[in-house]
Amino acid sequence: MIGLSRRRGVIAHIVLIIGMLVVAFPIYYTFVASTHSLQTILRPPLPLLPGPEIFNNYYEALFGGIGRIGGVNVWTLLFNTTVMALSIAVGKIIISILSAYAIVFFRFPFRMTFFWLIFITLMLPVEVRIMPTYAVMVNLGLIDTYTGLTLPLMASATATLLFRQFFLTIPGELIEAARIDGAGPWRFFKDILMPLSRTNIAALFVILFIYGWTQYLWPLLMTNRNDMTTIVIGLKKMISFADADTQWHLVMVTAMLAIIPPILVVLFMQRWFVRGLIETEK
Amino acid sequence: MATVDLKDVRKVYAGNVEAVKGVSIDIADGALCVLVGPSGCGKSTLLRMVAGLETITGGTVSIDGKVVNEIGPAERDIAMVFQNYALYPHMKVYDNMAYGLRNRGTPKDEIDRRVREAAETLELAHLLDRRPRELSGGQRQRVAMGRAIVRKPKVFLFDEPLSNLDAKLRGQMRVEIKNLQRSLGVTSVYVTHDQLEAMTLADTLVVMNAGVVEQAGAPLDIYEKPASTFVASFIGAPPMNMIPAGGDGHPEALAGAQTLGFRPEDARISTPAGEGGLTLAAVVEAVEPVGAESFLYCAAEGQHLVVRVAGRSGANIGDKLTVTTPREKLHWFDKAGRRVSA
Ligand SMILES: Nc1ncnc2c1ncn2[C@@H]1O[C@H](COP(=O)(O)OP(=O)(O)OP(=O)(O)O)[C@@H](O)[C@H]1O
Ligand SMILES: [Mg+2]
Repeated sequence: MIGLSRRRGVIAHIVLIIGMLVVAFPIYYTFVASTHSLQTILRPPLPLLPGPEIFNNYYEALFGGIGRIGGVNVWTLLFNTTVMALSIAVGKIIISILSAYAIVFFRFPFRMTFFWLIFITLMLPVEVRIMPTYAVMVNLGLIDTYTGLTLPLMASATATLLFRQFFLTIPGELIEAARIDGAGPWRFFKDILMPLSRTNIAALFVILFIYGWTQYLWPLLMTNRNDMTTIVIGLKKMISFADADTQWHLVMVTAMLAIIPPILVVLFMQRWFVRGLIETEK
Repeated sequence: MATVDLKDVRKVYAGNVEAVKGVSIDIADGALCVLVGPSGCGKSTLLRMVAGLETITGGTVSIDGKVVNEIGPAERDIAMVFQNYALYPHMKVYDNMAYGLRNRGTPKDEIDRRVREAAETLELAHLLDRRPRELSGGQRQRVAMGRAIVRKPKVFLFDEPLSNLDAKLRGQMRVEIKNLQRSLGVTSVYVTHDQLEAMTLADTLVVMNAGVVEQAGAPLDIYEKPASTFVASFIGAPPMNMIPAGGDGHPEALAGAQTLGFRPEDARISTPAGEGGLTLAAVVEAVEPVGAESFLYCAAEGQHLVVRVAGRSGANIGDKLTVTTPREKLHWFDKAGRRVSA
């Protein structure tokens, strides 16, 4: 029995390690490439171990070569992307938690109609409605603004549904106890619903932050000025058609820099999920 | 301190489910009224209408002489203890108890005093910093009680508060609730489907069935003079024996009586029934010794009967017995199941 479970453990680990390698190797290789000089990168094969140029490359990307990417430095791009990802994540959470709150806890005319309207938008991802949305943004003069970058991506049927499902699992007795305790709609939301939802909020925040961080098509359309664009678009712009003109080592550094904030968000939020997974609060 | 008066209270749920069909009960100031009845008879619905959690379809609910039909639960000045306790899972015990007071704008030091006082009474003082999931079922139950008593409400409402506890703890909490209610003197309505709990707790016992009150009164009065076959079989464990009237060895039936009932503890074995008593020839089908008493399950006249005998019983399965009951211990019911009195 012990032998069997041990063998199982070994097999499980082998599978996990293979999976890890498949996922992690490209990232590792990007990192390796970001530590070599352009010449080394262009002359195959690329070494498998980090090289000596690490400090030079990162220093140059971060502080040297001002205006390297169409006249903008990496910091501006990182800042823009952070603004975009944060606004989308926070905006989506606020909007969806409020709409789910309304749909689940209030009885108003056409409640189910509204629910279905929200639900139907699930079938229309950004890409499908991108032309009309773009036209609206142009008419509103929101090209090259943070509002234009973030607002159209904020409504979220998925997050609304998620919160709705969660709210439906909150026992009726708890809601009634709060009513008897004199908690009005706002107090109930603030004192009971929000604290109970915090693991959901943390999970959604991570997912939505990454969603916002990795947006490509929308910022590509919405920004003309280089100082309003995001790091993902910036990366794209760094790669010119002629291979030899591209500063591959800096591209790799920028790619690494683009990965770091989402990783930090995951690491920071992780304690919230783990706690949420361990304690069953009900 | 308050009275609670229900006048012809009715509840029709969506889909024309008539859960409560005209209930009138007057509860005296400081009394503990227990609503008891089988599952689905409308006890919870009635209680929730008193709480203000459910709209009232017809009739009036008054607290302290004031009709509260249109008043929300928070303004009715009631406190409720729920079956699953409904503690706020993310709040510490202290905050669970303080929350209702805070929402009412009670001063901080007053809240603190009341919470600590309640915690003292309920032996929760050392648990104030815990969260509900770190408590045992019995402790959660106490916190739920605490949340109710810190509010010093006019009325306590309990909806099967002990049904999630094991039998021993339930007995213990029952005594505590009774003592607490008596010492605080707060008018209370208590819902249960456990007839033992109902009998021991109630000042006024209300037996409900299918949305109507079958009988209301002092528990022992109901026990001694059940108003219907339903009450007779619901109150008392094991339930009253019921046989069609007019068989061999039966006394002459009262006018209109169709059913004859007698309680297991009123039945005697091999003792003359006396003038106008009941005598039945029975066969033992099973013997159930429970220590201080034994229950003999017998068959007589095609009916199953239970007879309670004190201590250990010498009877064996298949034994033939004569079961008798004296006249004054017999209950008569008419065709509709209503009690017939001499
Ligand atoms: N929200 C509702 N909508 C429709 N019918 C309901 C609703 N709540 C309860 N009922 C019905 O009303 C009747 C009485 O229900 P109630 O909950 O008051 O019973 P109860 O006596 O408390 O039973 P239990 O001992 O099982 O708790 C039942 O037939 C039930 O199906
Ligand atoms: Mg109930």
